[in-house]
Amino acid sequence: MDLILVNLIDGLVTGLLLFMLSAGLTLIFSMMGVLNFAHASFYMLGAYFAYQISVALGFWMGLLIAPLLVGVLGAGVERYGLRRVHQYGHVPELIFTFGLALLIEEMVQFVWGKNQMPYSVPEVLNFTAFAISGNSIPAYKIFMIFISIGIFIGLLYILTKTRVGMIIQAALSYPRTVEALGHNVPLIFMGVFGVGTALAGLAGVIAGPVLGTFPGMAFVLGSIVFVTIVIGGLGSLWGALVASLLIGWITTFAKSYNIEMESLLNAIGISTPENLSDSVFRDFWSLTSPQIADILPYILMVLILIFRPAGLFGKRSS
Amino acid sequence: MTDQITTDPTKALERMRAGSMTLTLAPWLIAIVVLVFLPMVFTNNSALTIMNQMSITIVFALAYNMLLGQGGMLSFGHAVYAGVGGFACMHIMNMSDFFETIPLVILPIFGGLFGMGLAMIVGSFSTRSAGTVFAMISLGVGELIAACSVIIVAFFGGEEGISGDRTYANPFFGIEFLQQIEVYYLTIAWLVISAALMYLWSRTPVGRMANAVRDNPERAEFLGYSSRWVRYYSFVASGFFCGIAGGLFAINYEILTEENLNTTSSGVILLVTFLGGVGFFFGPIIGAIAFTLLQTVLSLSTELWAFYAGVLFVATVMFFPGGLAGLLMMHVPVFKLGKAHRLVMPYLKTLLPGAIGLLGLAALVEMTFHFRHAAPGDEEMTIFWTTFNSHDVLPWVIALAITVIGLGITKATAPALKEAWNEANTAGGAS
Repeated sequence: MDLILVNLIDGLVTGLLLFMLSAGLTLIFSMMGVLNFAHASFYMLGAYFAYQISVALGFWMGLLIAPLLVGVLGAGVERYGLRRVHQYGHVPELIFTFGLALLIEEMVQFVWGKNQMPYSVPEVLNFTAFAISGNSIPAYKIFMIFISIGIFIGLLYILTKTRVGMIIQAALSYPRTVEALGHNVPLIFMGVFGVGTALAGLAGVIAGPVLGTFPGMAFVLGSIVFVTIVIGGLGSLWGALVASLLIGWITTFAKSYNIEMESLLNAIGISTPENLSDSVFRDFWSLTSPQIADILPYILMVLILIFRPAGLFGKRSS
Repeated sequence: MTDQITTDPTKALERMRAGSMTLTLAPWLIAIVVLVFLPMVFTNNSALTIMNQMSITIVFALAYNMLLGQGGMLSFGHAVYAGVGGFACMHIMNMSDFFETIPLVILPIFGGLFGMGLAMIVGSFSTRSAGTVFAMISLGVGELIAACSVIIVAFFGGEEGISGDRTYANPFFGIEFLQQIEVYYLTIAWLVISAALMYLWSRTPVGRMANAVRDNPERAEFLGYSSRWVRYYSFVASGFFCGIAGGLFAINYEILTEENLNTTSSGVILLVTFLGGVGFFFGPIIGAIAFTLLQTVLSLSTELWAFYAGVLFVATVMFFPGGLAGLLMMHVPVFKLGKAHRLVMPYLKTLLPGAIGLLGLAALVEMTFHFRHAAPGDEEMTIFWTTFNSHDVLPWVIALAITVIGLGITKATAPALKEAWNEANTAGGAS
């Protein structure tokens, strides 16, 4: 029971972190219809920028400045890169962001090298918040949870209650009409792209110290983020939240409970073959849940795409 | 809107459009002759290795372009079809009883069949729609199978992969494929066969319909074709040729690992194809040749080759979405008008300083890299056959000056080039 609680908290941290990335990605998608492959690269840039700033000015300034820098960079990419490629169609746009992801990874390696950066949790937060029957929960995790929930509430408030949010929502569905009403739609697009990437940068700033700041960090999280927004339904903020938490909890639980395929199959009445070590299916029989924890999201995504192509909360299936 | 395209069979370039075989056969014959005689020019083994790698990449890129260029489907996990084909071939190599009875030359067919089988399964649900959904499913399936490679050890061999020995096959007219040169001829034979088949496929009604579905699926549906099935056929055919590329890889390297399946390999083939140009059949061929050369030559001289490749790729997408083939084909009207000679001088004036400026920029990049990452005390560096101290000021000034002057001249002469280009593309006037 205690272990379940610990895992719930761990899964929540992973899920909310994923949400910070997928929220921006799903907003950008619903706006421009383009999946930003480089989204996780902006997350990585956030971590690296924050590290560089924290060396000079400390963690908190990093938390403040790095997302802004990433957001400006993202807006620049939209303005000078994506808008240019847009005229060629969707496929070149996807390819452009894919190339950008490669390029950012190479650039990070160019500037900071291939080793992990010594970016660590600030002293103020480096203590145990509380313990559940011997499993200590670091304060930094609680901090991460609060930051992410704060972001979600703030985003929801801006999108649904403020005038800017109304215009953004209108621009999502009827860009031409909104333009005719005198709003600068390209500027809104650029702004949304900037805010989306800034969110990714923020996620990088707070995840860097715990997940490690290294050139492969975008790659590790990158495809999972796509999986998240596809499962949640492209363009749906609530879907992104639900899918992020789902993936966070599924992977955490699969890793901490060792469920074996053999016992699972035995339980439903299929007996283990006599000479297992010679069988073609020996790897299938010896599967354990920690082994497949990392590919569970992909399996989930393929299943969702087959049976419900619009995703859990999706409306449009383009 | 546009003029009716008329075809005059007496003119060579238009005969191609009319479908006459005389001109379309010529490039193929030239290519075959070049391929056959290449090993006599480049005799050493490393050149053979590069050429083998090039041939495999060409087959793979052409197969990939069946989807991307001709079918408009963007796949992010295409390495798995080649990889699975290769792994299947590797297993056949290790089944010594069966392998002894077949000649090595037909082994790639098995790779193709396995690649096709996998494509038939995956395609049954992924080709329902094109665009983003297809791209996402391909990515998901790609990641899934790549991740399986460390889990399903019986088939994929885990982290160390599986290896075999090609020489155990039934000798083919006495050839046991012990030497690199024999493998080269096997590879190019398959290259020519698969390229020809893929070209012919693009001329069949199915291949033509793939183009129609790419451009306007709705209209194709109204004409009575199921766009889904058209996509499915392209996908399966592409899977077959990818599997052949995988089989050739297995024969060449005699080892396959997780690396053949992962997203990086899928990304590389996308890069190769797009660099070459997706709009033309021969685009991926150019892309594969250029990329393999870039990879082998650059990676020998700089650690940053992946960085340059990334820059090149992004620049291609942004400025030349037609790729290298598109750039080449832009010049066909100029040649037809007989005004190509007018472009030579403007090109020289603009591109030569531009190239020098870019080299200067590359030097700056290399120096920055050396300055930041070289071991402490190691201040000597060598680029462009000059050795100097990267902590001195003078080399920086020189590199910066070359860059600024080179790019400056390019910028200054660019309008003249544009004018010459427009002039050369207009019919009439004194030639």
